[in-house]
Amino acid sequence: MELQTLTYIVVGITFAIYIGIAIWARAGSTKEFYVAGGGIHPVANGMATAADWMSAASFISMAGLIAFMGYGGSVFLMGWTGGFVILAMLLAPYLRKYGKFTVPEFIGDRFYSRTARIVAVVCLIICSVTYVIGQMKGIGVAFSRFLEVSYDTGLLVGMCIVFFYAVLGGMKGITYTQIAQYCILILAYTIPAIFISLTLTGNPLPQLGFGSTLSGSDVYLLDRLDQVVTELGFAEYTTSVRLNTVNMFAYTLSLMIGTAGLPHVIIRFFTVPKVKDARSSAGWALVFIAILYTTAPAVAGMARLNLMNTIEPASGENLAYEERPQWFKNWEKTGLLQFEDKNGDGLIQYTANKETNEMVKVDRDIMVLANPEIAQLPNWVIALVAAGGLAAALSTAAGLLLAISSAISHDLLKGVFMPQITEKQELMASRVAMAGAIGLAGYLGFNPPDFAAGTVALAFGLAASSIFPALMMGIFSSRINKEGAIAGMIAGITITLLYVFQHKGIMFVPGTEFLGDMSANWFFGIEPNAFGAIGAVVNFAVAFGVSRMTQEPPQHIQELVEHIRVPSGVEQAQDH
Amino acid sequence: MSFKSESDAKAYWKENLTLMVKLFVIWFVVSFGCGILLVDVLNQIQIGGYKLGFWFAQQGSIYTFVGLIFYYAKKMGELDRKYGVDDE
Repeated sequence: MELQTLTYIVVGITFAIYIGIAIWARAGSTKEFYVAGGGIHPVANGMATAADWMSAASFISMAGLIAFMGYGGSVFLMGWTGGFVILAMLLAPYLRKYGKFTVPEFIGDRFYSRTARIVAVVCLIICSVTYVIGQMKGIGVAFSRFLEVSYDTGLLVGMCIVFFYAVLGGMKGITYTQIAQYCILILAYTIPAIFISLTLTGNPLPQLGFGSTLSGSDVYLLDRLDQVVTELGFAEYTTSVRLNTVNMFAYTLSLMIGTAGLPHVIIRFFTVPKVKDARSSAGWALVFIAILYTTAPAVAGMARLNLMNTIEPASGENLAYEERPQWFKNWEKTGLLQFEDKNGDGLIQYTANKETNEMVKVDRDIMVLANPEIAQLPNWVIALVAAGGLAAALSTAAGLLLAISSAISHDLLKGVFMPQITEKQELMASRVAMAGAIGLAGYLGFNPPDFAAGTVALAFGLAASSIFPALMMGIFSSRINKEGAIAGMIAGITITLLYVFQHKGIMFVPGTEFLGDMSANWFFGIEPNAFGAIGAVVNFAVAFGVSRMTQEPPQHIQELVEHIRVPSGVEQAQDH
Repeated sequence: MSFKSESDAKAYWKENLTLMVKLFVIWFVVSFGCGILLVDVLNQIQIGGYKLGFWFAQQGSIYTFVGLIFYYAKKMGELDRKYGVDDE
């Protein structure tokens, strides 16, 4: 069967499953809409969290970025998994004990201040919208390839589908749908990896194959990869540091604490029955995530090797443009892959030298989707990967949109500005907010600030610099007061936003970079994507200093801090 | 249910913090230590096709993280029972 038809069928079937589940579990009341009635098993919750967590950035984009960054790409691997350790130990159990719907609600109560709550909501919205822009980039790439149209058209189609999908179901629909999505995305990710690992090394486990010798030779795959890329002038794969060691350190840290500060992940831990379930649920989530994250570096390295071998099968024997394979032509249609015959010899030269390199555009975000085609895998595998990519992007976009909409309807409207609105009006407001967020993120997605994973990294930096320190200090120190927390959050996110916008434009709109003549990454060579770590340090320092100089929190707040440290006696989420 | 006494509450919290600090040391060593700061040194050692530092950065740290969370969950379960603050 032809690839396009097959892809339609596979994607169609998976969508029918998700939408079927969403309709079956359609949310009735607001409580169910937000936290699915508070009764989900830790393993199921872990799986849903994994699907929620692994977005277009993890599925579509990350391995592609690693393929071109080599060792430097490790920041994503360590950063996006190590954060779960922080989450499991520092936040999840205590927030579950506290048992409120949303993160700003906790911040508002713990810091006995509506202002703190509003500041938290604003931070949350900024992070989540940035995150959704990253998802939109991934969705645009997937749809453009799948429908064989330009990226912009693909993005428009994707926005419509996300809209329909997220507005229809609430958290309950999303939780069950996400379990289905996890299954599809993990199969879609691992099956081609196993195929490719078998072909290249004879070892079916990509995690082991990546460290094995190539089939029919005694050369290690990684050594061969290092050799191929260095011959063309690229940095050695296994040792290429991302900018510098300080930057790698900050980047990893930023992603880790961002993980523990992102509201749509934290909200997941409100849905388990007990405190101990919150701890193990984080562990299960990481197990399901680790399956993909330990496969990803193998996918990255093998994809790079296959790409290089396709373009230059043997040293000095380059592929003729006329003989380029079908996948090459398909991706050219999307505008994400471009060739320019600079020396007019009709052959494709792909080198590190900007003057002679003829692969003028290779969007990193196409690598995972193109990978099975490059490796000449059967059509059904390619169709499955498309379905998996869409599952990843849609599930996370839906989870985030839920966090944004609940922040606006529950925290801002019901909590602060219009406490008298009915449940029905609140639900309506949250749906309107969702639609608005999709429109805004989609619009900004036409000119994304970075590849999908890079954009998402920016969102993590913002969460790291604002939400995480406030939560952590709220739990671990009874001395931090409202003045400290508010000043800390504002200082952290402001300094991070300034650094990011100065490089990437205000709200990432091209041409609005200020201080344009400032050298890139001027602060110790740290790139904007990694700056959240610095923002977090500033947040902690400011909060600590200001709290010292102002009055300590009232007695009942200090008791509240004692209370959340006791794991027993949780109230069910339904009671709120 | 809550703690029998003020001193129990303090002891529980202290044991929790001690455990956390230990696990965070491991967390730091495998990722920031072996994966970033000491990567060049460890890369001198090779296991199969993997340079060791590269392996920690792209594989080893992730396996360790999974282990750390489950160990913490298990230990905290024991601690909750010891102080009678588990929710059974």
